[in-house]
Order: sequence, then C-alpha cells, then structure tokens
Amino acid sequence: MAAETPAVLRFENVTVSFDGDVALRDISFAAFEGESRIILGAAGSGKTVLLKTAMGLTKPESGKVFVFGQDISTLPEKRLFDVRGRIGMLFQESALFDSLNIAENVAYPLLNQPSIHCPKADVLPRVKRTLEFVELGETLEKFPSELSGGMRRRAAIARAVVTEPPLQMYDSPTAGLDPITAHTIMALLIKERDVSQATTLLATHRFQDGNLMANFRYNSERGALEPARNGTEKKSRTTFMVLKEGRLIFESDQDAIESSTDPYIGKFVKQRV
Amino acid sequence: MLDLLKEPVLAVQEFFLLAGNALKNIFRRPHYGDDIALQMDAIGVGSLPVVVMIGSFSGIVMALQMSRALSQYGQVGKTGTLVSLTLVRELGPVLTAIMVAGRNSTGMASELGSMKVTEQIDAMRALGTDPIQKLVTPRVIATCVMLPLLTIIADFVGMVGGFLIAKFVLSIESRQYWTSVWRALEWNDVTQGLLKPLVFALVVSLMGCYHGLRTTGGTQGVGRSTTQAMVAATVLIFVLDVLITKVFVSQGGS
Repeated sequence: MAAETPAVLRFENVTVSFDGDVALRDISFAAFEGESRIILGAAGSGKTVLLKTAMGLTKPESGKVFVFGQDISTLPEKRLFDVRGRIGMLFQESALFDSLNIAENVAYPLLNQPSIHCPKADVLPRVKRTLEFVELGETLEKFPSELSGGMRRRAAIARAVVTEPPLQMYDSPTAGLDPITAHTIMALLIKERDVSQATTLLATHRFQDGNLMANFRYNSERGALEPARNGTEKKSRTTFMVLKEGRLIFESDQDAIESSTDPYIGKFVKQRV
Repeated sequence: MLDLLKEPVLAVQEFFLLAGNALKNIFRRPHYGDDIALQMDAIGVGSLPVVVMIGSFSGIVMALQMSRALSQYGQVGKTGTLVSLTLVRELGPVLTAIMVAGRNSTGMASELGSMKVTEQIDAMRALGTDPIQKLVTPRVIATCVMLPLLTIIADFVGMVGGFLIAKFVLSIESRQYWTSVWRALEWNDVTQGLLKPLVFALVVSLMGCYHGLRTTGGTQGVGRSTTQAMVAATVLIFVLDVLITKVFVSQGGS
C-alpha cells in the first residue's frame, strides 16, 4: 500500500504523548514531492514534536509514519539512520555541536551518516561550497559560541542541507532573530528550496514566513527574492497547516487560510506585516 | 503505593538499559578512538594532581594516626603495615573514586545535560550517530582504564607520604618501613584494591552519563542532574565498597 503512494512524508492517525501529556493527537497528512508545507502553531502546539516524529526521534504512541514510503514508527534506532540520511533537519536552537568548529559541524553528517558514502577528499570542498551557499565562507575555523545567533542559524542550515537531502525540515528558523536577520534566513531557505527542489516542511509561529515561502522565489541573477505570480510562476505548491494543542485544525492553501473565520487561525494571519 | 514505586523502578530499568547498551557498544563498530583518548586525558591526566595530593595526605594522616594507636602496644614499627593495608584496601580506591566522581561524574552530567537541553543529542541522532556509542561508551572505557591507574598512583604516593612521617617523625628506618609495607600485602588485598576501582569506574561514568542524558528543564535541569550524579555516584561507591569488602573478607585472608 505504501509503495503505491508517492508521498514523501505521510502521517496516519499519529498520536504522541510524553508521560501522559498528549503532544500530538490523531494527526494525518501527506506531503508530496516538491511541496512546501508551512506548519503554523503557537508555542507548545506540537510543531517540534511533529518534526521530530517525522524523523523517528520521538516514537508515536499509535499511528504510522511513512517516510519515502517506509513505515518508520516501528523501526529500531540502528535502521532509522538510512531514513535520517535523506532528511535534513534544522533544530530550533540550531543545535550545533559546541565542541566542534563550524567546518567540523557541517562535515559531521558527511562523515558520520552511515548511508552517505562521501569520499574523504570530497568532504572539505562540499563543506566549503555549502558554507558559501549560506554566505559563511569565512568562518570555517570559528566555534559556534563565537558566532552571532543569525550566523549560527545559517551554519545549522548548512549542516542540514550539506548532504542534499530530498526532504528538509526547519523548526522555527526565525525564532529569536530580529526582523532583518529573520528575512535573510527565510530568503536563504527559499533559495535552498528553489535550488534543490526538495520537499520542505517549515514549522513557525509567524505567518509572514509562510507567506514568503508561498509567494516568493529566489532569483539567482539578482541574488534576491522576487514575487512569484500565482499561476504562471508558481511551480511549487504550498500548503498551510495549523496546529492547536496537538490537533491539526486546518490544512489547505493560502487563500483558504486568509479567509478563515477561526479566531485562533485569524490571530496568526492578522499579525502579517 | 504502586505509583510511588513506579518512578524509581523505571529509573533503575533505564539505568541498566543504558549500562547494557554502553557495554555492548564496546565490541561494536563504529569505534570513536579520538573520543576515548580525549576522555582519558580529561579523566586521567586531569585528575592526576588532585589524586596525588589526596593520596599523599591520606598516607601522611594514616601514618600519624596509626603510630599513636600502635605506640600504646609498643608496635610503632608496624606503621608501614597499617598504612599499606588501609591504603590498598580502602582509602586508595574509595578516595580516588570520590575525587573522580566529583571531577568527572559531574562534568559528564553537565556536559551531556547541556547537550540534551540544547537538542544536540537529538541532532547527533539525526545526523547518524548513536549518542550512547559516541558519548557514553568512550567515557565508560576511559574511566575504566584510568581509575585503576589513578588508584595505583594514589596508593603509591600515600605510601611515600607515610614513609616521610615514619622516617622524619617516628624515626623508623626506611628499610624497615618499606619491608613492612611490602610484607603486609597479600594477593587478596591487591585483587580487591584493583577490582574496586574498576567497579567504581563503571558507577562513576555511568551515573554521570545517565543523569546527563535524562536531563530535562533547561539550564536549571542541568544543575539538578549534576548534583544528582555526584550524590548518586558517591553513595553507590560506599555501598558497593561495603559489598566488595564483605566478599573479600569472608573469602579468608587476613
């Protein structure tokens, strides 16, 4: 059954709880190739748990999680590494390894991911290329503690995408950053999405992040974002999902979310600048 | 009542699961040699100064105390025997283990705890490494190698400390002192003196890692698990010390 569906990521009635506290309640959805999904929700609504469950970092209590058609909800840890090798994840607080410098951090998945066989000679060039992509070409030798919050976030993005994974997940990439830095980070994620054509999951509490994802594209000639007109240029589909206290209460496109009358959803949409 | 018991039982179960996985990983690939060397340096070389200090002073104190007790029986010449026995059987292993618990159990708990609360442990799993294999097993191996070595050094330095007192305060001839030190030891003493640090090493490293990895609740939680690691390791050292001593005492020997 799973083999027939081309869904990259698929949740079937997934419930996750920690010591009796339900974090996700009966979540079902499917993300398809090349699709962008914006997961909106207040703090504690289950965005992080959803992404971690998609990677097998937390186990669902019931329900099934399919990644690239494979049910990962029952796989043992050792066999999960093959799946995780095809997912790039940006953690909320960047989660760079403090004991390693930036180059070693970015090289980490290339050297340690069992399913990725990167020749030793290729590691450094790939690390450099990826760091230049996120405009951090000068900081190879620096340690995470020496960088600013925005630079750490960019280094973490580099680490997430250095293996060129077909599924990319970003957990609150703009949280705790000033608006200008937040915008550059979003521009970077859109650039990465347009270059790699990967399926993207973006968890955020800011509607404008989702708006950028949905309506802008990266212009490689100008090196900046430009609006992608609906219809003609909009190749990639963007779907909005709203989580409330562990429940998926909304799943549709941008027009539907903007015309929604739900007060909880309205709160996210209205804060748009 | 059952609910009250649930948590400690779960904690014990989790601890033994972690211990089992950490020990199994010793024989599994991939091996992280660099991490083992780094930990050996932190635990062994790093603890050397403090272990030398503690060892020598406990030897000095034992010589002073014992000489007073022995003088009542006119046996001051046996000071070396008592210093050697107490050091090799008890003080060397226990004091060294407590020092290493204070330095390294807490260090492991706070390091792993901060990694846990900043999602670095999750990131490690996401990027293809098993945190037990990468973090816990190297620490266990390094502690199991270094703690017996540190204990031997502490024992020896303690004997030298006792020698200084014997020679310059008690006016015992150096040859007599060293002969009594050497003669006092039997295989039974040496075996328990080396088995204890090995067992303590498992306790110290696993307690530090266990409390570190189960940290929750931000930086406050890191402080809490650091304290818990130190307390649990110290108490367990004494409990296990009693058990091991009981086994060796009832095995005969003097």
